[in-house]
Order: sequence, then C-alpha cells, then structure tokens
Amino acid sequence: MKSESRLLIGAMVMLGFAASALVVIPYVQVANVAPTSGMKPYTSTELRGREQYISNGCLYCHSQQPRAASLAPDAKRGWGRASVAGDYAFDTPHLLGTMRTGPDLLNIGARQPSVQWHLGHLYQPRAYVPGSIMPSYPYLFVIKAQAEPGDVVVHLPEGNAPAGKVVVATPEAQELVSYLLSLDRTHTVREQES
Amino acid sequence: MSTSVILASAFVLSFVALLVFIWSQRHGLFSRDSTGANVIFGAEEIGRAEEPAVTSTAAHALQQQVNRASGKIAAPASASDLRTRAAADESSTPVVFFMFCAAFAWLLVATAAGLLASYKLHEPDFLTQHAWLTFGRVRTLHLNAVAYGWAPMAGLGIAMFVLPRLLGRPLLGGGFAMLGAALWNAALISGLASIAVGINDGLEWLEIPWQIDVLFVAGGLLVAVPLVLTLAKRKVEHLYVSVWYMACALFWFPVMFVVANIPGLHRGVEQATMNWWFGHNVLGLFYTPLALAAVYYFLPKVIGRPVQSYNLSLLGFWGLAFFYGQVGGHHLIGGPVPAWLITLSIVQSMMMVLPVIAFTVNQYQTLEGYLSALRYSPTLRFIGLGGLMYTASSLQGSFEALRSVNAVTHFTHYTVGHSHLGLYAFVTLVFFGAMYFIVPRVTRREWPYPRLIAAHFWLSSIGVAIYVIALCVGGWLQGEAMLDAGKPFMDSVSVTLPYLKARTVGGALMGLGHLVFATHFACMIFNLGPRRIGATLLGEAPAGAP
Repeated sequence: MKSESRLLIGAMVMLGFAASALVVIPYVQVANVAPTSGMKPYTSTELRGREQYISNGCLYCHSQQPRAASLAPDAKRGWGRASVAGDYAFDTPHLLGTMRTGPDLLNIGARQPSVQWHLGHLYQPRAYVPGSIMPSYPYLFVIKAQAEPGDVVVHLPEGNAPAGKVVVATPEAQELVSYLLSLDRTHTVREQES
Repeated sequence: MSTSVILASAFVLSFVALLVFIWSQRHGLFSRDSTGANVIFGAEEIGRAEEPAVTSTAAHALQQQVNRASGKIAAPASASDLRTRAAADESSTPVVFFMFCAAFAWLLVATAAGLLASYKLHEPDFLTQHAWLTFGRVRTLHLNAVAYGWAPMAGLGIAMFVLPRLLGRPLLGGGFAMLGAALWNAALISGLASIAVGINDGLEWLEIPWQIDVLFVAGGLLVAVPLVLTLAKRKVEHLYVSVWYMACALFWFPVMFVVANIPGLHRGVEQATMNWWFGHNVLGLFYTPLALAAVYYFLPKVIGRPVQSYNLSLLGFWGLAFFYGQVGGHHLIGGPVPAWLITLSIVQSMMMVLPVIAFTVNQYQTLEGYLSALRYSPTLRFIGLGGLMYTASSLQGSFEALRSVNAVTHFTHYTVGHSHLGLYAFVTLVFFGAMYFIVPRVTRREWPYPRLIAAHFWLSSIGVAIYVIALCVGGWLQGEAMLDAGKPFMDSVSVTLPYLKARTVGGALMGLGHLVFATHFACMIFNLGPRRIGATLLGEAPAGAP
C-alpha cells in the first residue's frame, strides 16, 4: 500500500456500507412510522418521569422490548406481545435496553397499575420482592415526622418504614411512577404492522 | 422486489466489490513476497530484539533466545537507522507522555467506578443515599471513563509513538495533538460530571450530552492533525499495516461519533439501530484497530522477526473494515427492527471469522519457535496474551450472534463478560504491553522494579479470567432460567448471585493490578527506586543517539 488517499477512501467506503445498512435504510424504513393504534403521546409529567428513568439509569437493567413467543416466553411472563416499530413512535431517545437484570418494562403500567406499589418498591424493592437486587432509591423520598397537607405518603409493608416517621414521595418519584404507569402497549396491533 | 432479493443482491455486489478492491490495492495477494513487513526494521536489523521494558541483563538473555530461534547472530543496527528512530521517539515524547498520564488517571477512575458498580449489584442497599452513587450512574461513569478516557488516551498515545517510527521521520504538529488531548480530557471531565448529576442523552455509549460532544469532536480532529501532516511528509515508500489500522481508526471514529450525536435526527427504532451501529463500531473500528496496530508493530519488533504472512494481514485489515461495520444489528435480535437487518448482521458477524483467522494464523506463524522469548519480555507477554484473546473474544462474539445462542445470552450478564473479554483481555492487555515498551523511551529510564511488572501481569490476567468465566457461566444460567416459562423471573436473578460476587473478586484483582502499574509509573516519573546503569535505551545506540 503506497497511497494513503486510496487507503482512506477505501476505509470510508467500507464505513459507508455499514452506515447505509444500519442507519440510512432504517431511517427511511422506520424513523417516521405511524404510532400503533390507541397510543397517545406522553404528557409533560410522564416525560419528566422519563427523564428520571434515564438519569437514574433504569435502562441498564430493564429492557423495553418483549420478544416473540418463538424466541422467548415473554408473553407468558405477562410482559406483553412482541413489540413493533410503531410502539416507539413517541420514544426519543429510544429505551429498548440490552439487559434483563430486572424484568421487561414495556407494559409495566398494565401489569402493575398501583401508584402505591411503585412508590414503595422504589423506596425499598426488597419489601415487595424478596431477593431483588434492584437498588433502593431513598434519595427520591423525604422522611418526615408528620405528613403535611398535599404530601403523598408512601404506605410501606409492616416494618419497612422508619419507626415513628412517614415516608413522603418527592415530585421526582411521583413523575417517575407516572411514566412507569404510562408504559402500556397492550392495545392490539393490526396485522400489517406486526 | 422483496427485501430478501434486495439484501441478497446488495450482499453479492458488495462482496464482489470488496474482492476487486483488495485486488486493486494489492496485486499478488497470496505471493510469498512480503518486503512490506520489513519496513519496521532498519537495514540488517532483522533478528535484533528491541525490548526497552526489561533490564539490560534480561535484554541480553532475550537476544540470546532470539538468536537461537533464528539460528544466526544479529548484526547491530546501523547508526543512521538508530538516529532516525531516536529522532522519531523524541518528537513524540511530550504528547505521548501527556496522553499516558491521562490514560492512567482514567484507568484508576474507571476501575473504582466499575468495582463499586459490581459490588452494588449483589449488595443493592450499599451507598444508596446519594443519587450520583446509584448503580445506574456509577455503571455509566465506569463505561464512559473506559470508552472515552482510558482506551482512547492509551490507544492514541501508542499511535502517536508508533506513527513517526513507521513513517521514518519526526512527528509533525505534535502540539495540535497536545491541544486536542487537553480538549478531549476537558470534555470527558464535564461529560462524567453531567452523568453524575443526572444529565445524559439516554443512549448507551452515547450518554454524554451532545453539547459536550462538540468538544470531543474538536479535540479528536486536532489529534488527527499530526497524522495527516506526518503522512504527507513521510520518508518511507511503503505504509506498514499498523499505519492502516491507526489512520483508519482516527478517521472512522469522528465520522461515527458525529453521525451518532446529531441532535434531533434519530428517532424511535431507527435510533436503536443507529445506537448499535455506533456502539459496536466504536469497539470494532476504533479500539480494535488501535490495538491490532500495536500488536502488528510491537510483536515483530520485540522478537526482531517480520510478520510472516504480510499479505494475510492486509486481508485481515480489509475484512475487518468491511464485515465489522455491519455487525451491530445483532444487539437487536428479537427486537422490533426489520428482519433483513438482523439477518445481515448475523451473516457479517459470522464473516468476521475470516479476518480473525487471518490474524491468528499470522500471530502464530510469527511467534512460532520464539515462544521462549515470552519469558524475557513483558511487552511480548502482555501483547501475546492480548492477541490470543482477540481471537477468543471475536470467535465468541461471532457465535453469540447466532440466533440459537443469542436467544439464551441476550439480555444477560454473558454479554458483559464478552465485552470484558474484548475490551480488557484483548485491547487493554495489548495497551499495557505497548506502554511497558514505550514508557522507558519516553521517560529515558528503565522500569525500576521488574517484579511489579510480573505482579501486574498475573493480577490482571487472573483477575480477568475470573471475571469473564464467572459472567459467562452466570449469564448463561441466567438466560436458561429466563427462557424456562415454568420458573419465576426471580430464579434468573438468584442464580446469578454467586457469579456476580465472583466478578467482584476478579474485578478487585484487576484493580490491584492497575494500582501496581500506576505506582510503578509514578516511580518512573518521580525518579524513585534503583537506577540501573546500562539501561536498554535503543539497544547499542552509538554516541549521538540518546
């Protein structure tokens, strides 16, 4: 090899092949796909909760892409049908995830619609799921001697709240839960979309 | 026209194009003539070992091993060749030293963050009061400190050292690279701080906010300036294969980084495919070529024997460039992405076996008969093991992309084990080896405590062995449990616990190795420890050369 320009042009052509396969063609094919029927854009509270989901790194342990029955028993675990591109029409950035240290969350809002469960579970996951290795998030809560008007008090299972105190959810915790509850892609998918 | 027809024709077309391309680049691909491999040596220098990482006594023993293996006594290198090389080394010293100092700092930061994240995964109530110490952020700090701190600073520092040697002249415009590296590190400090306070772009490998990414791009471009200037004024006719890898890595990375970080362009599922196009290519088209360039330079240099099948190494280069770029889609197998894309990525993942075999055969042929040199040369030991792990991690990766294997391993700790086999056991060990070679040239003294090098080697290699084996076994069991609909999800969590603890042990050993290495480096800088006479600086350099 005697010519550096031929080398670099060749190298860029190679990268161009890769970029057209993995970036350009998908952009043409799915970037502007229509939302699946029945989906609504996120509310501003839910979007702020989504920011909490990102900033606390939830996506590193939870995927948001149930797989088809031919590949994995995701549906049997109650995680929902295999997702399609239209399910993510409102998702920027995408949060598909790569790990299932914890369960898939694309339909957690349908599977567990209780605000109190989610708040308590964020405060101390092991109070609800023995053996869970999810971190607890005490910094999303305030411990008070007494609840004040307007406070959202978390009702924890016996023995998990600090003695004589109440656990109050911060706005961040409430927003995060409202995002989790919005995760519901159980509406049916038309044949041509699947 | 159906997608499969488009896919098949695109594939055939590009494959033919690749073959024609390689042919046009290099007539006589399989000829035995490979004078190009000799350009890293001076006239008559083949057969002469260069290993600055050892004491002069050990260097003598190494040379004897090399003489025995090659069956002849090597002639001393010519004075003019040594002078050229000494001038090349001297020209790159400031920028290499700066980048290595940064690399050491980021290595320690990344180790601390990684260890904490690993520990938290089996002790989830440890240090939970502060948002910046939560698992999700510490883990991300670890990844970014490795991905944008340790790996590029070490890899680019090595490239800056090797380029002037390979181009036969002093480095031009080293000051630009220095400024670039400073900008780069400033960007990384702000990037990590923003992740710690919870501001991030939400994409794996691309967490640092795009506003800060602008600084990375500026820094990266400045680092590439000396490459371009020195290439333009080079004194050698033939560009050695290491130059290909380094030059292309330096051009590939900025393009990928810019495309991936354009704000507001990528959306939904397309953003996911782009995410893994970047996430996998930053490994395959940035760290891997930088590390392979180091293997192709230092391995033959240390034992004084040219690469045995030089043409094969060129095949390996173009194979990597073509196939690796398209493998990223295997991160989305089973996901909501077009089926043709997954198939393409699986096919190209398997095709990666070709360049990997080309590299492996080459490494084997070059080292054949010279294995005893491993005992005497720390550089060779780190790089030899690292090269072997390139083969291991690439083959593992290829098979991991198969649907049947992927169904089990996807979404599990197996992937994390695999990534550490690649980025640590391969890339990082190779960088360690190259740094043991380079630092004595930069600081102009030899490593004061040879035993610390041995301790570092064993701590790192045993540590990463425990790490990778534990996570691959644990991850496989986790995946099997998850596929069994009869088992509750929590079974897939509890089965991994002993392996996660083993991973912390392995990680702690690796971390101890890094402390040893950093301490040793500090001894070099601050002139501590015994100072031996007769350091092996540039072999028997005659008067006039340092």
